[in-house]
Amino acid sequence: MRRVVALLMENQPGALSRVVGLFSQRGYNIESLIVAPTNDPSLSRLTMTTDGDTRVIEQITKQLNKLIDVVKVIDLSDEDYLGRELLLIKLELTKEAEERIKDLGGDVLFKSETLLNAEFVGNSEDLDKIVDTLSELNLLEVVRTGLSGISSTSRTLTI
Amino acid sequence: MSKEKLSGADALMRSLQEEEVDLIFGYPGGANLHIYDALFNQQAVKHVLVRHEQGAVHAADGYARSSGKPGVVFVTSGPGATNAITGIATAHMDSTPVIVISGQVKSHLIGTDSFQETDMIGISRPIVKHSFLVKKAEEIPLIIKKAFHIAVSGRPGPVVIDIPKDVTDPGYEFDYSYPEELDIRSYKPVEEGHSGQIRRAAKLLLKAEKPVIYSGGGVIQSNASQELIELANLLNFPVTNTLMGLGAYPGTDKRFIGMLGMHGTYEANMAMHNCDLILAVGARFDDRITNDPAQFSLGAKKIHIDIDPASLSKIIKVDVPIVGSAKNCLKQLIRELKKKKSKIDKEKINPWLNQIAEWRCQHGLNHNMLDKPTSNGKILPQQVIQSLYKETEGNAYVTSDVGQHQMFAAQYYHFDKPRKWINSGGLGTMGFGLPAAMGVQSAFPEACVACVTGEGSIQMCIQELSTCLQYDLPIKIINVNNSALGMVKQWQDMQYDGRLSQSTYEDSLPDFAKLAESYGHVGIKVENPKDLEPSMKECFKLKNKLVFLDIVVDQDEHVYPMLEAGMSMESMWLDKETKTWE
Repeated sequence: MRRVVALLMENQPGALSRVVGLFSQRGYNIESLIVAPTNDPSLSRLTMTTDGDTRVIEQITKQLNKLIDVVKVIDLSDEDYLGRELLLIKLELTKEAEERIKDLGGDVLFKSETLLNAEFVGNSEDLDKIVDTLSELNLLEVVRTGLSGISSTSRTLTI
Repeated sequence: MSKEKLSGADALMRSLQEEEVDLIFGYPGGANLHIYDALFNQQAVKHVLVRHEQGAVHAADGYARSSGKPGVVFVTSGPGATNAITGIATAHMDSTPVIVISGQVKSHLIGTDSFQETDMIGISRPIVKHSFLVKKAEEIPLIIKKAFHIAVSGRPGPVVIDIPKDVTDPGYEFDYSYPEELDIRSYKPVEEGHSGQIRRAAKLLLKAEKPVIYSGGGVIQSNASQELIELANLLNFPVTNTLMGLGAYPGTDKRFIGMLGMHGTYEANMAMHNCDLILAVGARFDDRITNDPAQFSLGAKKIHIDIDPASLSKIIKVDVPIVGSAKNCLKQLIRELKKKKSKIDKEKINPWLNQIAEWRCQHGLNHNMLDKPTSNGKILPQQVIQSLYKETEGNAYVTSDVGQHQMFAAQYYHFDKPRKWINSGGLGTMGFGLPAAMGVQSAFPEACVACVTGEGSIQMCIQELSTCLQYDLPIKIINVNNSALGMVKQWQDMQYDGRLSQSTYEDSLPDFAKLAESYGHVGIKVENPKDLEPSMKECFKLKNKLVFLDIVVDQDEHVYPMLEAGMSMESMWLDKETKTWE
């Protein structure tokens, strides 16, 4: 089952490698991972999606908590949460392409004589469908950020 | 606090003094020469120069395990750092507080493949509790303070501090002061058990009729032996110890049922399989204990006390998990039980204790093998341990290497006190025994320290015999010499139809007694069973000398009992022909 784990860690060199290393060391899968400093510059926030039953997720959470650089960990998928990722694409510039992007809710951000760049924001399943649909056109490059998430309940991941 | 100007290297030495470090094990090299000069210029901290960095970490580990104080190591960059890795992994697996301070190439050279450069932080990352790369001299005091706190608190473990050479340059000085307080926002180990869980645990303990206390290294780490003994007495519960936990409960006590697991006693493994309650304290349901987790003690309620939340329900789902130190949680449990004293029925446990005694009668270990000479005229490895036990009256610190001799020592030497049995249980590191004994002897110069080893293991760190001479460490090396990698051979005998693939080397072993003599020590070779006890006596009579007792034993002896892989804890081989299952 797909789970979304979010954590706050010290914004220090080496902290991220400890988190990522833990996953390979203990044989857990990372599907996607996204990390950036928070509005408190001493902290970074990381969101990762992974696969596993409740017991595996419990272990992952505990092992992450054991890392000295990790301040707080929550399993977002425990309760209601909002998950979003950004999709950027490059396409051959055609009228049809521009229309399809518009229909699918995307924004064209850049156009040259031959190419266009567009962005979509959505949950992972929606973006999967968009990529599927657009692949009928001449899709030159696709990049996805991985899922970032926030809880929709009163629970917060802050210190 | 008044401030003074110090270089990074002097600040390091001063900070170590603040942490009451009195001894460091290490090896100098290019990247840590500034540190060694600062060491030279002070008197408070002594240093033991080892002959290989692996030995330094094992020695610091032995020092830490026996004394309860953190062990400290200096190594240089590159090969110095990589040689330390086996020692760090050993300390990590057994959760011991060791602080390794590695020199690193100058900051501006990091990442350029410079001479003796290796990414120590990267290489050691999966085997440390935490690590620090020092960026500037001013960081040293706080990092040392943090490192010691992290290494000894919570579930202890090794910490690496990697210091680039320019950071310790004597040409740069800064205002030194040592922090008095420390607050790490992301690290707050829980010591006290949750009161609701303690009550729930107490209720289960009072209900049990066939209980077992299964305790491990955590009881020793948290100095909770007294509490463990008090609880067992209060409830009349039998106690089994893991390999790491031996000595936490007195080995000669009537409620002690021996070690459990892969080579545990018949009665301990039978009790674990057939009990109705397990109280696990500071133990982690390791695969050498549980055998197949799906068949593990299915009829038992389980309470698990551990300071590491990640140990709880990792392998075995338990009914009452309790996060906290063994000492605090056991104290809380005792307090809770005393409130309900009227409900404690010690008598109720007696039929179960009788059952365990019956199992012991059936297939227990024979602790009197010295009384009867063997039919083939050879010395048995078990007799060596029994002779050692007899001669030292159970009072020695015993370190061991890894293999059959380690299991025999664990089975036949009865440890009545914690911190007396020092072995590499988790990682199983051959070569651990001799340097670990150096650490123990350094911590307790007057104590009797024996290193039980084999001719395989001892050769993995034998260079430390030279260190022992330099620092007058009168260790007694008990070499259980069967001219084979005994445990490998045992598995090959049992599982590979006796095809001894690369496990023997009889025609190419050194004369260990002469080897010891060439290092300036005393060497004694024993081949005849009638010489075993007199030689053991002679060995320990030479109080101030290192004695290498090379004892030739029967190569065909196996360690039993032995759990059959993939089955439950009651599926054991009892000897070469007898097994407990169909």
